[in-house]
Amino acid sequence: MERFVQLVIDGIAIGSIYGALALALVLIFRSTGIVNFSQGEMAMFSTFIAWGLVEGGLPLGVALLLAFVLSFVGGMAVERVLIRPVEGADQLTILIVTLGLFILINSAAGWIWGFENRSFPRALPGGTADVGGIRVAYESLGIVAVLLAVSGLLFLLFQRTKLGLAMRAAAANPASSRLVGISVGRTLMIGWGLAALLGALAGVLVAPQLFLDVNLMGGVLVYSFAAATLGGFDSPKGAIIGGWTIGVAETLAGDYIDFIGSDLTILVPLAIIFVVLLVRPNGLFGSPEVVRA
Amino acid sequence: MTLLTVERDSPQHRRLKLAGFALLALAAVLVPFFFGPFRVSQFTLALIYAIAVLGLNLLVGYSGQISLGHGAFFALGAYTGAILLDKTGVPHLLTIPAAAAVCFLAGLALGLPALRLRGLYLALVTLAIAIATPVLIKRFDGLTGGSQGIAVPQPTAPEALGLANDQFLYFLTLVVAAPVFWLAAGMVRRDVGRALIAMRDDETAAKTMGVHLASFKTRAFGLSAAYAGIAGALFVFANGFVAPESFTLVVSFSFLAAVVVGGLATVAGALFGALFIVFVPVWSSDVNEALSGVIYGATLIVCMYVFRSGIMGLMRSAFARLVEVKGSTTGRIDDEVDKVAVADAGDRAGAGAGSVRP
Repeated sequence: MERFVQLVIDGIAIGSIYGALALALVLIFRSTGIVNFSQGEMAMFSTFIAWGLVEGGLPLGVALLLAFVLSFVGGMAVERVLIRPVEGADQLTILIVTLGLFILINSAAGWIWGFENRSFPRALPGGTADVGGIRVAYESLGIVAVLLAVSGLLFLLFQRTKLGLAMRAAAANPASSRLVGISVGRTLMIGWGLAALLGALAGVLVAPQLFLDVNLMGGVLVYSFAAATLGGFDSPKGAIIGGWTIGVAETLAGDYIDFIGSDLTILVPLAIIFVVLLVRPNGLFGSPEVVRA
Repeated sequence: MTLLTVERDSPQHRRLKLAGFALLALAAVLVPFFFGPFRVSQFTLALIYAIAVLGLNLLVGYSGQISLGHGAFFALGAYTGAILLDKTGVPHLLTIPAAAAVCFLAGLALGLPALRLRGLYLALVTLAIAIATPVLIKRFDGLTGGSQGIAVPQPTAPEALGLANDQFLYFLTLVVAAPVFWLAAGMVRRDVGRALIAMRDDETAAKTMGVHLASFKTRAFGLSAAYAGIAGALFVFANGFVAPESFTLVVSFSFLAAVVVGGLATVAGALFGALFIVFVPVWSSDVNEALSGVIYGATLIVCMYVFRSGIMGLMRSAFARLVEVKGSTTGRIDDEVDKVAVADAGDRAGAGAGSVRP
């Protein structure tokens, strides 16, 4: 039983990281209808920037902050320069562009920083707390706290600020938003910037647990896709709950199902994506897709 | 300024087309006599990839279903061939239909859920499959040899032909590739091709015209997978060895890159796309091992912005400058199909099945 509880807590911690990246995917999907396949690679790139700054001698806190700012700006630049020209194009076009970006960023990172593994410093305190025989890593608690704090901030941004209102309006109805004076392009850029920032956060949280290399986020991306699919691609709440579910399912399956073990856990999100899409394509909290014939 | 004006379907026009074909065929036959063994083996690899790329193009370019996981079918075909050769010792050539059949069935099996997974969801599922492929291969190590892989004997040239082994392999691949291309070319310009394109551009309209969506979609998936399977079996001949490292996500991405670079919804484009994904890494690795990825990524994006119809589109417009073909295409669809496929892709903004915008 203790082992079970511990696994669930570990699952929620790793699931929070998936949730953060899933939130980034959802943010972009809600505003533009694009599933950004390069989200994970953008996050990996941000993590490398943070790593580079730390190697350059900056204190970890400053390096992270700087990396977040750069990611935000970078995300906005990607939207403006690369995505804007294909806005409203058919799905295949957009998919290929974001895939191109995936390959481009991955290789560019390999070119700049090489392909070897690097260890990434922990931003959260190490050590474990002992609660009634169950050992809980402070890092796990920290990750969950960070995710909750960030989602709280995002909620406030979207519900309580004028900018958030503009972003929601632009996502709901771009044409009418333009008519009332909202700069839709600007809100899209900010949306991509925020998504890149969330990705960077997921990257620096996951990097100390794995090793930092160019394929850092490949696996995480699939888990996050599964989280967003499960929660519903247009539901931020769904992204977080989906992330937790996927994280817990992954750790439990890895531990209790012998066939899966530690190396086949990738089958868990795959199976979940499959089942969700076949049984409930809009996910748990997503709104149904309406197609005008 | 055009050099020549011909009437469509006139004997002159036909001769022109025939000459084009003859030139291509001649080039294909002469390649192994003009290059060294190493270069020839790269051309063989390009031909093999071309088959898989053509299969993927049937699926993506013509039927509009996105697969990021064709590396998985390629791997399935390769392992089917390798395991047959390793465990049973059947003649080499028999592994090709076996790999095609296994992959066709696997493709049909994936095509069934794909009926409900449209657009990017299908992309998600196939991406996950592509990522899981090398892991699964390692897992079933009793059958696949795990990360050690399987080494199999390569086909050797019969003495009577007087060919070196690399030349023989090239011709063997060419002999398989030619009918496979011919089949695809014939198919896309007849009713099957029209049904696929109609389905891609507007599902509702296609259904109204009597296209049975489910049957065409699953069969397109099956056929496309079978092509990848044939390529996989040939890959075993050329390589003499299979290992999980040969079937990473990079393979699936390369195939898609080749489809786009060669030209979506073209048959001959697969050849150019395959040459691209074979020779770009060869040349760029001298500079940096990451360069080929940078080129792939940048080319994909640039293709989508500037020339959606890829290399084939560029060649067609170059040809159109030189030779003007007069006359209507009514009643003949082969040229029209290509035109619709390419032109429509541009202004199909969010129409039909593609739309997910809330």
